[in-house]
Amino acid sequence: MRNPPASRRLLAAGVVAVGLAAAGCGSPSAPAADGAPTPTPVQDRGPITLASSKDTTGTVQAQLDRWNTDHPAEKVTLVELPESADQQRQLFIQNAQTKSDAYTVLNMDVVWTAEFAANRWIDELPADKVPTGKMIPAVVETATYFNKLYAVPYNTNGGLLFYRKDLLDAAHVQPPTTWAEMKDACAKIKALPQGKDLSCYAGQFDKYEGLTVNFAEAVDSAGGSIVDAEGKPTVDTDEARKGLAFLADSFKDGTIAKSAISFKEEEGRRDFQAGKLIFHRQWPYQWELANKSDGSSKVAGKFGVAPLPGLTGPGKSSLGGLNLAVSAFAKHKATALDFISFFASEDNARKNLEASSAAPPYADLYTDSELVKKYPYLPVLRDSINTAAPRPRVVAYGDFTAVIQENAYAAISGTKPVDQALTDMQAGLLKVVSK
Amino acid sequence: MTHTLPRPVPGLSRNKRRAREGRLALLFVSPSLIALLLVVGYPILAALRMSFEVSSTRIDPATGFKVTSTRFGLANYAVVDGRFLNALWNTTTFTVVSVAIEVVIGVAMALIMSQELRGRGLIRASILVPWAIPTAVSALLWRWIFAPDGVANAVLSADVVWTGNAFSSWVAVVVADTWKTAPFIGLLVLAGLQAIPREVYEAARVDGSKPFTTFWRITVPMVRPVLAVAVLFRILDVLRMFDLPYVLVGPRKDSVETLSMLAYDEMSNLRFGPASAYAAILFVYVVAVAFAFVRLFGADVTRRGAS
Repeated sequence: MRNPPASRRLLAAGVVAVGLAAAGCGSPSAPAADGAPTPTPVQDRGPITLASSKDTTGTVQAQLDRWNTDHPAEKVTLVELPESADQQRQLFIQNAQTKSDAYTVLNMDVVWTAEFAANRWIDELPADKVPTGKMIPAVVETATYFNKLYAVPYNTNGGLLFYRKDLLDAAHVQPPTTWAEMKDACAKIKALPQGKDLSCYAGQFDKYEGLTVNFAEAVDSAGGSIVDAEGKPTVDTDEARKGLAFLADSFKDGTIAKSAISFKEEEGRRDFQAGKLIFHRQWPYQWELANKSDGSSKVAGKFGVAPLPGLTGPGKSSLGGLNLAVSAFAKHKATALDFISFFASEDNARKNLEASSAAPPYADLYTDSELVKKYPYLPVLRDSINTAAPRPRVVAYGDFTAVIQENAYAAISGTKPVDQALTDMQAGLLKVVSK
Repeated sequence: MTHTLPRPVPGLSRNKRRAREGRLALLFVSPSLIALLLVVGYPILAALRMSFEVSSTRIDPATGFKVTSTRFGLANYAVVDGRFLNALWNTTTFTVVSVAIEVVIGVAMALIMSQELRGRGLIRASILVPWAIPTAVSALLWRWIFAPDGVANAVLSADVVWTGNAFSSWVAVVVADTWKTAPFIGLLVLAGLQAIPREVYEAARVDGSKPFTTFWRITVPMVRPVLAVAVLFRILDVLRMFDLPYVLVGPRKDSVETLSMLAYDEMSNLRFGPASAYAAILFVYVVAVAFAFVRLFGADVTRRGAS
């Protein structure tokens, strides 16, 4: 073993797990005394790692190569993680609990920021040293906790209403801005011969994170909210009731097909591409896939996108996306900070958009004429993201989202009345938040 | 072989020799004992210890940091709520129903595989394919079969949401589990069938025994020890079932949530104490069921051949 003497004593004491981290910094007590924030040391430079999900397009490696050529003494190695977000979180947590320095920069889902910050698994970042100034404020907000910046947005994501332009045109209706308009449009289209077997609407309604997103959007789009500014749950309001009632009633009256109760993103996309859906709430990635002219999509060139509809006007999207954070147990944090500024730069965000249609956090790119020509949905997506509501920043987010899914699922599958579901949800969320 | 056995050393008393042999035997088995202690004993003890660690957390209102305090107590075991009972019920019903079906189908498969038919190799291989497929993969296959526009609904010309959260998803799990593991029982029973001497059957034929009587009076009693072991393995397997319902239907669906899934869910929400308590309860439950099974049906796992 090549541990310095300080950690040998620890090993002797039987604290084997801590050995790894202690080997690096000599002092195992990385988190400072209660209350005091841990400032990021700025002199600490050297090779680091980036823990991120699979680099399917090769763009990440190309960007790392560029950085590594310019910084031969501070090379960044990509550590590829499993594709499932749950497994990534699991690995990050294991890494934090053994205080390992294996991961330096973490590419993490936006909803984990609060949990990781509160557990002090990631460091607070100096806001003046990272490029958040030109980013969309709602997106930067996902990277903050208790008004402090803990991460830098890498990409973002907002919901869009995909609609069948050909059918809307045939029925002489405009893209809807309210739920009532959407149901009206469906009624008109279903009166046409080519529309009579179609489902009106679908989103993501299986019991998983997608349901939380769709429920939050319904509530926000009816003027409600999941939590208030102090973080207290607010789902027993009249607005929340109208939001959930829209989903539950749509299942009941057939606006949403019964089978959509088991839909995640891909199931819905299959139906939309098979031409079975008139309206579909989906992330922007569907644009390119549904436009493929290789026969995999029956609706290529026949659809458009609009902002999500709401109760009385345009609705509000939830925000997805990834943020870059620095592990509290890592070495060479100064390098990590510089690398994040480079990796999340506007230039790289443009490349990511071109390679994998990942929505950039930079406002400018949404109006860039060249990009808009290639991705005509960008202006709509910008509106969606600009007005979006970040998902609640709750430390026990896993429990929080489980309570939402439990009750929203019961309401839309008809096993619990909407009122009861929201009363139970409010009580459950209060319990999670006050824990 | 023989030179590894200790030779009797002249001049040593019987007792001393026995003690020497004992020490030598201990020396020989110690590597595997140490390995077992490390990979089996230690995790069990560590999990048991953790199940008594009661943590309470709060958020510091000034910084937002989590403050955790831990003490030892029994609070983690005060978990007998509706969700736990539901998971216990699912675990038990999955075990009883799927193992029962698997035994019937598995024995039938074994009888078919043991026949001297043309293309016997092909029949054997095709029966055993499901067993060779990893559970997570077969769960994905069945997920597609049970999709709203999948094969199951097409064949039944039904419109059932199989992977939702209803009794139908419980059925889906039983079907997929039976498909995958009936061949396992078939395989073990086949081995048992082939160990039955032909003479016994010939004698039965000479005595004019009818096929069913032969099956009931000769085949069944003679494969019983093997069958009992196979069933015991299956019971232990189903009691800790996790991957099939997790992949096929999904987490936190009360129609299919098992005790293992409950423990996993607690763990992934960083409540290691309650998670360990669930795991400990499951451990005790599995041990109790296995013990009862061995007592009732005499599954002969340890003393080979003594029936």
